[in-house]
Amino acid sequence: MSILDLLRFKQKNSAFTAKERLQIVVSHQRANNGNKPDFLPQLHKELLDVVSKYTNINREMIQVQLQNEGDFSVLELNITIPSATEAV
Amino acid sequence: MAKAKVIVVTSGKGGVGKTTSTAAIGAELARRGHKTVVIDFDIGLRNLDLIMGCERRVIYDFINVINDEATLSQALIKDKREPNLYILPASQTRNKDALHQEGVGKIIELLKNDFKFILCDSPAGIERGALMALYFAEEAIIVTNPEVSSVRDSDRIIGVLNSDSKIAKEGGEVKKHLLITRFSPARAKRGEMLSLEDIQEILAVDLLGVIPESQAVLSASNQGIPITLDADSDAKFAYRAAVSRLLGEAEVAQPAAKGWSFLRLFKGETV
Repeated sequence: MSILDLLRFKQKNSAFTAKERLQIVVSHQRANNGNKPDFLPQLHKELLDVVSKYTNINREMIQVQLQNEGDFSVLELNITIPSATEAV
Repeated sequence: MAKAKVIVVTSGKGGVGKTTSTAAIGAELARRGHKTVVIDFDIGLRNLDLIMGCERRVIYDFINVINDEATLSQALIKDKREPNLYILPASQTRNKDALHQEGVGKIIELLKNDFKFILCDSPAGIERGALMALYFAEEAIIVTNPEVSSVRDSDRIIGVLNSDSKIAKEGGEVKKHLLITRFSPARAKRGEMLSLEDIQEILAVDLLGVIPESQAVLSASNQGIPITLDADSDAKFAYRAAVSRLLGEAEVAQPAAKGWSFLRLFKGETV
């Protein structure tokens, strides 16, 4: 944020308020709408196939989530492995 | 002749100037010698014919051609001012299923053989008409007012272009251009209106043109004359400059760091 922006904010500049509100609403919109990459379902399936080769898991035990954080995205994989005695 | 370029004029939000811009840009392309057809996709609420001033010459429409009730040449209306300009009017039917991908695709393929530019005037919203208007587009002109709801909806429609267009589904990307309409440089300078930089920063789309808030727009639509063919006005020259950029004939003038003159936008204008 530049000094100019700060000055503008102090004066309750309505255009600055508009921009701030838009940046928030647009980032939420992009996180929720069709901008999600379409490889997630396929990735989920292939992960399940690979992990199933070594241990006995079902679909619900793999969680794949993509979170947009500003300029980058975080791919979060959460795989629950059953205890060793239950392994195939 | 090279195959036509398909361009959708879209915005998400209504009332921002899609039809005005379609008429203005289509007429200007034709005036410069490019054979152009403008298609009204607002089925049930047609208005492009009215803005173009040919409302009394509509006999057959887009849906008639899709349903094989008329040929394309019967439905196309030739503009009386510009010999290179044609309009394909929308139907007034209330049947939402009348417009379908197969039918639209067939007509666009036919038009591609005869025209250099196919401009698709999208209805507002993200329903079927809007999706059909953008599905076959290679490029998109996103019409945006410097106003929060319009910018948000433009971002939404950009998302739709990136996911639901034919090119996107095939792994490509629709080339997008930002056209800001109803802009007031003085108000933006005073901080009462989003600036051009603000809007570009939020939408991250290259700027095609900036149309000032202008009384000439209403005057042109009152008469059914595309503004680029009407008497000289600031809006007319701004649309002409936008067309120069669309054709790759002029660079976008960069605004000066501290305030900037609206006249800068017209630099490089060739007409």
